[in-house]
Amino acid sequence: MQENQPDPGLYDYHPYRGGDGGRKRIEWPGAKPVAVWVAPNLEYYEIDPPSNPKRKPWPHPAPSVVGYSHRDHSNRVSHWRMADAMSRHGFPGSVSLSVALCQHHPEVVADAKDRGWEFFSHGIYNTRYSYEMSESQERAIIEDSIRTVEESTGQRIRGWLAPALTHTPRTLDLIAEYGLDYTCDLYHDDQVQEVKVASGTLASIPYSLEVNDHYGFFVYNMSGREYADTLVRQFERLAAEGARADGPGGTVMCIPLHAYLIGQPHRIGPFEEALEHIASDGRAWIARAGEIVDAWRAQQ
Amino acid sequence: MTLPDTYTAYPNRREGYDHDLYDWSNMHERKPVHWPAGRVAVWFCVSLEWFPIQPGGPFTAPGHMVTPYPDYRHYTARDYGNRVGVWRFLEAFEKAQVKASFATNAAVAERYPALTQAIQAGGHEIIAHSTDMNGTIDASLGKEAESALIADAMTRIETATGTRPTGWLSIARQQSFDTLDILKDQGLTYCCDWVNDELPYRFTNGLIDLPLNHELSDRQIIAVQQQSADSWAQGMRDAFDWLSKEAADTGAGRMLPIHLTPYIMGLPYRIDALETLIADFVQREAAWIAPGCDIVSAWQSQQ
Repeated sequence: MQENQPDPGLYDYHPYRGGDGGRKRIEWPGAKPVAVWVAPNLEYYEIDPPSNPKRKPWPHPAPSVVGYSHRDHSNRVSHWRMADAMSRHGFPGSVSLSVALCQHHPEVVADAKDRGWEFFSHGIYNTRYSYEMSESQERAIIEDSIRTVEESTGQRIRGWLAPALTHTPRTLDLIAEYGLDYTCDLYHDDQVQEVKVASGTLASIPYSLEVNDHYGFFVYNMSGREYADTLVRQFERLAAEGARADGPGGTVMCIPLHAYLIGQPHRIGPFEEALEHIASDGRAWIARAGEIVDAWRAQQ
Repeated sequence: MTLPDTYTAYPNRREGYDHDLYDWSNMHERKPVHWPAGRVAVWFCVSLEWFPIQPGGPFTAPGHMVTPYPDYRHYTARDYGNRVGVWRFLEAFEKAQVKASFATNAAVAERYPALTQAIQAGGHEIIAHSTDMNGTIDASLGKEAESALIADAMTRIETATGTRPTGWLSIARQQSFDTLDILKDQGLTYCCDWVNDELPYRFTNGLIDLPLNHELSDRQIIAVQQQSADSWAQGMRDAFDWLSKEAADTGAGRMLPIHLTPYIMGLPYRIDALETLIADFVQREAAWIAPGCDIVSAWQSQQ
């Protein structure tokens, strides 16, 4: 990015329309109008992390019991509930991974791997923020992420979602330098877009923060059924727009999840109905993040 | 401004947790638990709270005073729950022949003996819920003061009701690293604060956690997320249906904790949503409606 400029210079402006002056039309495999990917956040939050001057990890002095144990629900109960619902309807996950989960709860990571899910990095812990990191510290967490995920799953990570969505001005340039292909941190579009980086190339894939389950339940205060309905409406619209002959072609819908939220007993049933709706509709290209970025990159 | 090198060092990065309070386990792989009846233990747990008009304690409890002193509005609206709302709960439980838990401030037991007598006469459980709503706990309190607070709450509740509770609920479920040991030293069997599981489990020190899911509370759904009582009831039915199916598919018992607050769910325009829900659950074969102590006992007997 361009530091200290009003416009961080992350991308060029491309209007959301096809035809003359519009975007080059994107075609998804099988002529599907919308690519749908599910992004479960498999996270570890530390009970008593070191302090960062820019952000407080917990509302109470450690242990912040509800905050910590609520998130721990993912790794004891709700991961499997969420993952089984996804598997039943043919949705693989593209995992936003606190890579230290590979050490703390390898059983959860192995379950995701066995389901054929893709992993990208969400930092070491979701309680270590990038704010104020030196370049060498930031390189250390990228190298740690690549090494840890490779050792644990055999996969080379291709993407990044900043830990707790905390950034430095150099993050995007650094992940491109390390050969990562996509970022999930930019929310300016419903299609994959080119990101301007110092070296190499980097794509932004829509991560749809507005339909993230955390936003649904704690920003917009939705019930489980309202959230499920939101996903269906998001899908219907993006599928319709992706199919328009005069439109920009293939759109992207992401369903970003946290098992400790969506896997709660009062939410998982309606959520599974939304997955069933999307899977049975026929217009969705259900894919992993890397496949979506590859299909887009091949058309640039 | 830079971060120290230790910010990218991880001394507790190891298999298992970054603490020793309890061990990891996957609920779906445990030995199945079977309840005395049904597949889903439904636990109604009511919080009985008295808010001193002058807030105090290491942090301010949810639901506490809002306006400058004297905040008649919130003092009285909270006390409405103890005077009116909870009696609607008691009648609903009695009508359905349902036994519940009442997480009770010592101050409520002392100030409103007619209420605790009715709770005990109805066969319900009293869980200790600190002294009053200024009796919050966090690490800033210090071990000595925290021990004294918990001991005081236990003694006062035992004196006022004639029974020493076996369960504990902290205000806002917040503890310090000392709390579990203090509760054990006080002779308690279980606490309800850690919301990481959906079945009872044992802490390293032997105390049991009976998770009182805050996400399923009327406070979270109605007061925080601003949903209607009908939406809350729909969520409880969706939860029951899911857990009942999960239990049927796996042969392992499940639990649905329903945390109620008299000044929230006990209002005239909301109470029928609770009454209808109780009537619905009572006639479901899969439901075993029981107070927390009975759920803990049933679980303990199978470990």
